[in-house]
Amino acid sequence: MAKPKKALVFEFMQFSEINSLSSKERISKIISIVKENKIILLEGRFKKQEEAQLIQKTMEEIDNQFKGIEIAIINPSKDNLSLFGKFKSSLASLLLGEREGFTLIGPASIIKEIKQNPQKINQLAIELS
Amino acid sequence: MIKAFKKFINKLMGNVFKKKKNIKLGLYGPPNGGKTTLANRICKDWIGEDMGSVSEMAHETREIKIKEEIKIKSEDGKKEISFNLVDTPGIATKIDYEDFLKYGLKEKEAKERAKEATKGIIESIKWLDEMDCVIVVLDATKDPYSQVNVTIIGNLAARNIPVLIAANKIDLKKSSVKKIEAAFPQYQIVGISAKKGKNMDDFYSKIFEVLD
Repeated sequence: MAKPKKALVFEFMQFSEINSLSSKERISKIISIVKENKIILLEGRFKKQEEAQLIQKTMEEIDNQFKGIEIAIINPSKDNLSLFGKFKSSLASLLLGEREGFTLIGPASIIKEIKQNPQKINQLAIELS
Repeated sequence: MIKAFKKFINKLMGNVFKKKKNIKLGLYGPPNGGKTTLANRICKDWIGEDMGSVSEMAHETREIKIKEEIKIKSEDGKKEISFNLVDTPGIATKIDYEDFLKYGLKEKEAKERAKEATKGIIESIKWLDEMDCVIVVLDATKDPYSQVNVTIIGNLAARNIPVLIAANKIDLKKSSVKKIEAAFPQYQIVGISAKKGKNMDDFYSKIFEVLD
């Protein structure tokens, strides 16, 4: 009998799903989903200090099965904007906060490599065993 | 306006340093960037001894190491700073014990090393708040734009900790300081080879600039 093929599971998450959660709850929620071998595409991004907390929590969770995470946080570029564009963008940042951009996060056992720059993901290498 | 404000903050921070006795100067970065090699170079240059062991295997440093009261002088000899040098385990988002097997470790040793490495990363992150100034050591032969690098540098900025980026391994052909400068244009960057001792005078000058 042929071995069943493993499916790649993406979960799209709106920012509103984590908006009301504390940093600790957000991180726990994200890690528990990633540990189910799902790749999350999150609207928005973590706060800078939450990124460090996410790494810390990931390290606490690592065992023989869970090898950690791969993550890419993409922010909209403000470099080539006109003065008015920069003003609009700053206003949007003020209103949207962490809702701007998006975050791709998944298990290191599946996502082998993410090549990125501030504006886009150049390469996403995925391996299903 | 923002630049002037940043300058004011830096000046303020500088004054704090003048009054503070034990500046903690941290070496941060991803694994295998050359943090311990740089720590050894600094220690050799100023106190004539090594700080820690170096290996090609990632996560060789798995505990925070501190060398106290290192004094460095500016080239003209007019300025001197004294600091405690803190070498930290490399920060990563993943650890796979199987990676250590490739270096000939037995499974049990590899699992133990992986466990120690995860603890080391947690310690590194916890120590961020303790730092007065940080040198982020990046391997100049690698793509600088990894999320780990961005997270480390972004966290230091969020904590208002002065940062100097050391683009290490410039003795290697593949290295590119320009790529690091392009990825982190708002930071002070200096290209060095900690292993060969290349451009270290410039590096020490930059430390004075960052702390000024």
